[in-house]
Amino acid sequence: MNAIIPIDVLIIGGGPAGLAAALAAKAAGADDILILERENELGGILRQCIHTGFGLHIFKEELTGPEYAARYIAEVHAQGIPSQCDTMVIDITSDRLVTCVSAAHGLQRFQAGAIVLAMGCRERPRGALGIPGARSSGIYSAGTAQRFVNLDGYLPGRRVVILGSGDIGLIMARRLTFAGIKVEAVVELMPYSSGLKRNIVQCLDDFDIPLMLSHTVTAIHGKGRLTGVTISKVDADLSPIPGSERHIPCDTLLLSVGLIPENELSRNAGVDLDATTGGPVVDNRLQTSVPGIFACGNVLHVHDLVDHVSVEAAEAGRQAALAAVGRSLVAAESAVAVRAGDGVRGIVPQRINSETLTTTPVKLMFRPSSVRRNAVLVVEADGVPVHRVKKRILTPGEMVELSIKPDFFAAAKPVRELCIRCENS
Amino acid sequence: MYDIVIIGGGVIGCAIARELKRWRLKVALCERSDDVGAGASKANSAIVHPGHSAKPGTDMARLNVVGNQLYDQLCQELDITFQRCGSLTVAFDEDELPALESVYQDGLANGVPGMRLIDRDELLRREPNLNPEAVAALFAPTGGIVCPYELTVGLAENAAINGVDVFLNTKAVQVKRNASGWTVCTGQGDFDCAAVVNAAGLYADIFNNQVSTDTMRIIPRRGEYWMIDKSFDGAFRSTIFQLPGKMGKGVLVSPTVDGTIIVGPNAEDIDDRDDNTTTRAGLEYVYQAASRIWPALPRRALITNFAGNRAHLVRHDFVLGEAPGAPGFFNAAGIESPGLTAAPAIARELSAAIAEYLHASPNAEFQPCRPPVRRFRTMTMAERAAAIAENPAYGRIICRCEQVTEAEIRDCIRRPVGARSVDGVKRRTRAGMGRCQGGFCMPRVVAILSEELGVSPLQITKNGGNSIILTAKLEAVSREREAEA
Ligand SMILES: Cc1cc2nc3c(=O)[nH]c(=O)nc-3n(C[C@H](O)[C@H](O)[C@H](O)COP(=O)(O)OP(=O)(O)OC[C@H]3O[C@@H](n4cnc5c(N)ncnc54)[C@H](O)[C@@H]3O)c2cc1C
Ligand SMILES: Cc1cc2nc3c(=O)[nH]c(=O)nc-3n(C[C@H](O)[C@H](O)[C@H](O)COP(=O)(O)OP(=O)(O)OC[C@H]3O[C@@H](n4cnc5c(N)ncnc54)[C@H](O)[C@@H]3O)c2cc1C
Repeated sequence: MNAIIPIDVLIIGGGPAGLAAALAAKAAGADDILILERENELGGILRQCIHTGFGLHIFKEELTGPEYAARYIAEVHAQGIPSQCDTMVIDITSDRLVTCVSAAHGLQRFQAGAIVLAMGCRERPRGALGIPGARSSGIYSAGTAQRFVNLDGYLPGRRVVILGSGDIGLIMARRLTFAGIKVEAVVELMPYSSGLKRNIVQCLDDFDIPLMLSHTVTAIHGKGRLTGVTISKVDADLSPIPGSERHIPCDTLLLSVGLIPENELSRNAGVDLDATTGGPVVDNRLQTSVPGIFACGNVLHVHDLVDHVSVEAAEAGRQAALAAVGRSLVAAESAVAVRAGDGVRGIVPQRINSETLTTTPVKLMFRPSSVRRNAVLVVEADGVPVHRVKKRILTPGEMVELSIKPDFFAAAKPVRELCIRCENS
Repeated sequence: MYDIVIIGGGVIGCAIARELKRWRLKVALCERSDDVGAGASKANSAIVHPGHSAKPGTDMARLNVVGNQLYDQLCQELDITFQRCGSLTVAFDEDELPALESVYQDGLANGVPGMRLIDRDELLRREPNLNPEAVAALFAPTGGIVCPYELTVGLAENAAINGVDVFLNTKAVQVKRNASGWTVCTGQGDFDCAAVVNAAGLYADIFNNQVSTDTMRIIPRRGEYWMIDKSFDGAFRSTIFQLPGKMGKGVLVSPTVDGTIIVGPNAEDIDDRDDNTTTRAGLEYVYQAASRIWPALPRRALITNFAGNRAHLVRHDFVLGEAPGAPGFFNAAGIESPGLTAAPAIARELSAAIAEYLHASPNAEFQPCRPPVRRFRTMTMAERAAAIAENPAYGRIICRCEQVTEAEIRDCIRRPVGARSVDGVKRRTRAGMGRCQGGFCMPRVVAILSEELGVSPLQITKNGGNSIILTAKLEAVSREREAEA
């Protein structure tokens, strides 16, 4: 076996998160950086997102996914940051020993000063939903279908039903329509869509594709290829209502029913995971519970917009560089716990350094647990409300950012727990 | 002209095919699907039963116990994972104790070795995740687990190495007598032979009834299952059975050789033998019934569900041997549970009878072993490094959940009776069986299959027939639309 290779900052995943982290690590003074990517090119999921809608915040223009990625990739090359594609990381230990394999280099092991987890997320499969029925072909997760169409150049079917109104499903509804495929309906279990409003308008409404809220697929038909699905209306408890069944003939069912952070490696590394986000628990420096291991992008929590990923990842990369170069691996000892109260889900970061809290603004990201109009977000410090923000509309499809400022905490009393909750105004 | 034509490439047909090659016989096997093991043999509980649950005096009981004993050697020869994890039949209240005792007595009568009744303390020490209401259990150390489709593929491959001609996509329609023996008419032509083995699973009654006066009727009896994610590996050490009774026939919870947990089955008689759909009601029943064993059964960790159909006969025993009034036509029918366990014993017994019927001489060239399958997943780091150095395709991971490499996928297609479809690859390598259920690897597996088989990706199927994956090339559709416009 090859010798163990020492490295300052090792970045796992060459998607937008990994790329931005690498650039920021370089800017913060790290020289010995390597990006490991399992695909044959850098760019992550953006490679297959050929639609526009990327970069509005960062570049103030509407780019396609590959264009957005290309800007970062060019910069990574310009900065001379090395990357190794076709390389799958298969293990990370809590001592930051990273094992990966590739056809070109065989099995390699790296001893990293700091690690940035940037592996992105994966789609929830059919089985996880437990939809009963036949085991027909023609059932794909929306991202798999997107890959077939946009990277491989093949169409997955002729007549499609999409279950779940996540963004990938919405984008695919339009993509397939452009390709001459009939999209019968987008079926959504919840009374609201989990996708971005603009995608509902631009991908469904503009093409008269019905969005059937509070509906779900209750049976799958077809012995070989799919021949149709049964959909049913659901009640307030999300249970199918008997008698509401309707058959839709189709040869393809796409699932856009949620994304889960790629957490196998995080788990191997012994990183604490958050049951709600599915990603690691991090502090305000984006450091996980294992000192020297940082996380950002969709592996940390599923983002709506790549621009936010890039911003978050830059911070992770910077912190990783500081940790690796300054050899200052500090655990987050005196940390303030951040808790999601009523109406709020999946806050990141989950811990804030107590000193930081009283000296620097900290950005929290989370989602409301349901659609709310005229809501108020309340920040509580140890049970005492310290700040309130009015929000005209909150929907689970759009991540909320909330800045926690030092002046919320006028009193000298140290805070132990912050809670964010949502109430009606 | 064959000595023997076997109808059906399930675990039974494949085991018989292999065993027949211990004699100098010319053997063909016809399977209607595009792969072996695509029937009940791929969709069952995967338990190698100890043998206490079959009625004493039946063939089922006898062949179960013998079959169980043959597993160690068979799986070693074929390089198949087999674990004697033991089984526990659990009584969950005092009322069930007499039933537990009677299972124990049946086990003794059937000659099941090493059984022991254990008390609640020992039980909960062995299985801390078990419902604490459990009162006692029967421990059977010979109980085991195996991967049933891996076994079937291994048997078929080894049979083929020994000279059995395996005809896939070949559906038998009619068995007729001819001047010297039998003709098996299939969709791909007629096969003449001296003897026929009817191992057609759910369809075995059709062929029996074509030739024998002793007719039978197979009732498809569906069983549904849930699979639990590998992150719960270790939640149970042994297979946990319930006693038949209040909650129906008893849903089991068992570890699998792959580190997942299987829960099921229910039992429901259905009309369509090929209907392997799962139902909301059935799955919910399975979940509830399994919760009796495992109260903390995690809904979040359910990764998939499936159904398999038992070839049930009212008499509820195997039908083995020459059919009355049809010399040279050998049945292996009504092979419901514990058919997987009994398969090696059934094959041994039946092939001996056939060899005797055909006055066959022993085959000194019989090769019982299958070349080992190298699995990246189970290699040590040093072995991995060596494997990649030797063949770089071991360095390309195609299925990230189960860590299956390109080398393994190509190998499973190239082997005798190799994979021809996405499901075929999945059953042989586990690519696509993990928690993402193929979301990541399916496009890659399609590409490799298309390359290896030398066909367009448009021709690659999920499991043969019309189960295509892709419908058109993108340019083709765009051109069509331009033409229309
Ligand atoms: C269909 C779709 C539409 C979208 N539309 C928009 C939009 O309109 N606007 C917008 O702003 N955002 C959009 N997004 C979101 C945006 O693409 C994501 O937020 C962003 O790609 C996340 O970046 P990431 O780097 O965290 O993950 P990814 O892009 O998924 O990158 C992770 C990388 O890690 C690699 N990797 C994973 N595991 C390993 C391993 N073990 N070893 C080596 N490498 C590994 C992967 O191959 C991948 O390249 C969309 C996303 C999708 C899927
Ligand atoms: C729900 C369930 C749970 C079970 N659990 C267990 C268990 O835990 N332990 C155990 O020991 N046993 C178990 N069994 C029993 C075991 O699975 C079966 O006994 C065994 O798989 C039967 O194998 P077979 O080859 O007879 O049938 P099959 O596997 O069904 O094979 C028959 C083959 O014949 C083919 N065929 C059919 N018609 C034709 C035709 N006209 N021409 C050509 N080919 C044809 C089919 O395609 C099929 O491949 C279970 C069974 C079920 C259904």
